[in-house]
Amino acid sequence: MPLHINGAGHPEFMTLPWSLPLEQWPTDQIAALPRGISRHVVRFVKLADKVVAIKETNATIAEREFVMLRELQRLGAPGVVPLAVVSGRTNALGEPLEAALITEHLQFSLPYRSLFSQALREETTTRFVDALAVLLVRLHLLGFYWGDVSLSNALFRRDAAEFTAYLVDAETGDLHAALSEGQRSYDTEIARMNIIGELMDLEAQGHLEDTVDPMAIADRLQERYDELWEALTQTATYTSNIPLRIANRVKELNELGFDVSEMDMRETDDGEALVMRAKVVDAGHHARRLMRLTGLDVQENQARRLLNDLDEYRMLVSHPSEDEGYSAHQWLMKVFEPTVRAVPREFRKKLEPAQVFHEVLDHRWFLAEAADHDVAMPVAVASYVKNVLPNRPDEQSVLGTPASELNAAEMTADLPALTAEVEARSQETPIFEGDNTGAWGGAIDDEDSAADADDAPSSAPTVTRQSTKREPPAHKVPGSERD
Amino acid sequence: MATVTYDGASRIYPGTERPAVDKLNIDIADGEFLVMVGPSGCGKSTSLRMLAGLEDIDDGAIWVGDRDVTHVQPKDRDIAMVFQSYALYPHMSVADNMGFALKIAKIDKSEIRSRVEDAAKILDLTEYLDRKPKALSGGQRQRVAMGRAIVRQPQVFLMDEPLSNLDAKLRVQTRTQIAALQRRLGTTTVYVTHDQTEALTMGDRIAVLKDGVLQQVGTPRDMYDTPKNVFVAGFIGSPAMNLGTYQVFDGQAQVGRAKVTLTRDAIAQLKADDKNHVVLGFRPESLDRAAPNAEGAIPIEVDIVEELGSDAFVYGSIPNEFGESKDLHFAAGDSQVVVRIDPRDVPAKGDTIWVTIRGGEQHVFSAATGDRLNAPTIHQDAIVK
Repeated sequence: MPLHINGAGHPEFMTLPWSLPLEQWPTDQIAALPRGISRHVVRFVKLADKVVAIKETNATIAEREFVMLRELQRLGAPGVVPLAVVSGRTNALGEPLEAALITEHLQFSLPYRSLFSQALREETTTRFVDALAVLLVRLHLLGFYWGDVSLSNALFRRDAAEFTAYLVDAETGDLHAALSEGQRSYDTEIARMNIIGELMDLEAQGHLEDTVDPMAIADRLQERYDELWEALTQTATYTSNIPLRIANRVKELNELGFDVSEMDMRETDDGEALVMRAKVVDAGHHARRLMRLTGLDVQENQARRLLNDLDEYRMLVSHPSEDEGYSAHQWLMKVFEPTVRAVPREFRKKLEPAQVFHEVLDHRWFLAEAADHDVAMPVAVASYVKNVLPNRPDEQSVLGTPASELNAAEMTADLPALTAEVEARSQETPIFEGDNTGAWGGAIDDEDSAADADDAPSSAPTVTRQSTKREPPAHKVPGSERD
Repeated sequence: MATVTYDGASRIYPGTERPAVDKLNIDIADGEFLVMVGPSGCGKSTSLRMLAGLEDIDDGAIWVGDRDVTHVQPKDRDIAMVFQSYALYPHMSVADNMGFALKIAKIDKSEIRSRVEDAAKILDLTEYLDRKPKALSGGQRQRVAMGRAIVRQPQVFLMDEPLSNLDAKLRVQTRTQIAALQRRLGTTTVYVTHDQTEALTMGDRIAVLKDGVLQQVGTPRDMYDTPKNVFVAGFIGSPAMNLGTYQVFDGQAQVGRAKVTLTRDAIAQLKADDKNHVVLGFRPESLDRAAPNAEGAIPIEVDIVEELGSDAFVYGSIPNEFGESKDLHFAAGDSQVVVRIDPRDVPAKGDTIWVTIRGGEQHVFSAATGDRLNAPTIHQDAIVK
């Protein structure tokens, strides 16, 4: 059978060395991104404009998973984007090679195993598990039975103070009109077993803090899952004040980050009460609202954080009676854009813009508390860029440097100088005026330190030092260069 | 270890008319290896998942031993789904990889060690117990995955197409290993596959399903020798049985130019609905070469000869200018007839060969219902001339 590539029409796919087993692909084509435990050979490959993940498996499985991932994508499930299936591969001798599934590398995503260059704290572990519970509930609501839920089969992206989990391996999954109790309970049971196994493996490797109890963490997944499932699917019976009850119920679901797109309401047989159940709920309530207002496409908790700031801006700076859309535009131009644009180019690969904004907000709060007075956003971002971002281990390590370990006194002492610097800069024409793309994009570069997620300790990333145009020559505070 | 009983178990998906699994009745003996087989969409995986607790049982019941598990949660059924391709944990020893589920179940250490050691002995992994998975070959890693299920000592093992992600060579190897392992462990096992060869080679008994309905359950020999209906006849056996619908005159089926005498018991069963037609089946390996125009001999025009060394197969067609042959379309397709012949005496393309159906090896089915008409044992058939 001749080589057959079915999927996205990407010219570069044709030029990849399909006649070699994936394990033998030349290293200059491989992006050494960290990866989880897998049954198959999985490697990340650099193309001109993106990084893709390639998994070798047999043709039937690859084809099935491709269709499944595409279907999940259509349903709006958080998962990796399938690009193509490559079948009919043969080596130089004409012997058949396994088929390959190509998926897009999810930018700024982190496989859990890449995060354990230091011992994993309990609090981080629980945030992973919480994210996985949310993912599982979302998939189950869509009728997807996963069959192999694990930390390895998901990718995690920072989402404000939390993580959002994405499905990466749909090989064992099945789509149904609705899941049975048995399917849901078996899926969470598999998740429990896998998480315990994965954490025990980290323990064996010495990458888990002694206080972390794998079984307690796995039980947490079950609890979080049950709580969320119950909250989203419960049936409520109301006898009085029904419009208010319904509004409250919708608000409750919104708070959980879900929109209600279909509500099932029935009168009881005696006509005395109303039985109500949210029939179809869609995750991403806050993300959608932010998207509508600003065009920013970010994750749910990031959106929540940004919306809080936006609402605050509308109340304090703009005017409560001002049109919401107009205020949002003002906030985008005057607050969000300048903040993310203040991040020098060389640090932009570390975090997504929305995540940077979230962290700057955190940093601002931290500074204000330490200095005992309000700190303006431009000053907070300057301090963040100077003190936090450069010291922060690169994106491979989610642990970062907790704010509490930064030297508050030093940073507070810095504030007057930074304020002066920011004021001086504000005299210049804002070079990004009118540019509200809100993103800085670009593929993740080769991260060679994580070649083998199993045992290689990650070393510091290579940071390209470039000068930025906006560095004001005067008022330079000694040490403000990133060194 | 336990028996498994499907007692009229049905699964009807909401919004569908036809049940995905329709009143399934199977009694699986303690220690038996039962293979459910059928084409995709036949309900075999659904049946397995009903037993696992992953699909609701809308009607009827399922029993494991003397316990009705119809409404029991999957994890409480004492059943293990076996996956062939678990990811193994790279930093844990082989023993820990096998035993960690027991640790979760809070079973004490010495018990875990002894169960792991027993499983390792059966799986031939004893000397690797303290090594890391990295040190193992592909096959050994797979056995570790099996070991995970074995140490739990469940009542029943369930396997859903476990070999589907292996290449052809490894599939044959693993197939033999699983069958041998199951016999050594003696644990009741239900195995699902779409591959009839897998079913024939592995199962103590085979259950053939189609459209959610159990067609036949029996030993591989039963299925091969006396398929209960046209579907089973065409599904079991490779190359597939030759099947065609032919008119009957005076107890003889008109097959092309040939008149094939049908067994008396089959003729006796013919009903008005059959309109004097039968479906006649004969396996490629049930034919003997005969002289041209010999009595009962069927002429076959040779299209292709496939030589396999030990065997040779003729793919041909029955010239139908005389017989009113309306052929059933089955796996092999169209009106093609397959004949196994002596590889040392191979006809050329375009030749006509003559073959007779060996005594007792004809299968006669009702043209109306597809059900078997001739007596269910081959030996009785053989006596009838």
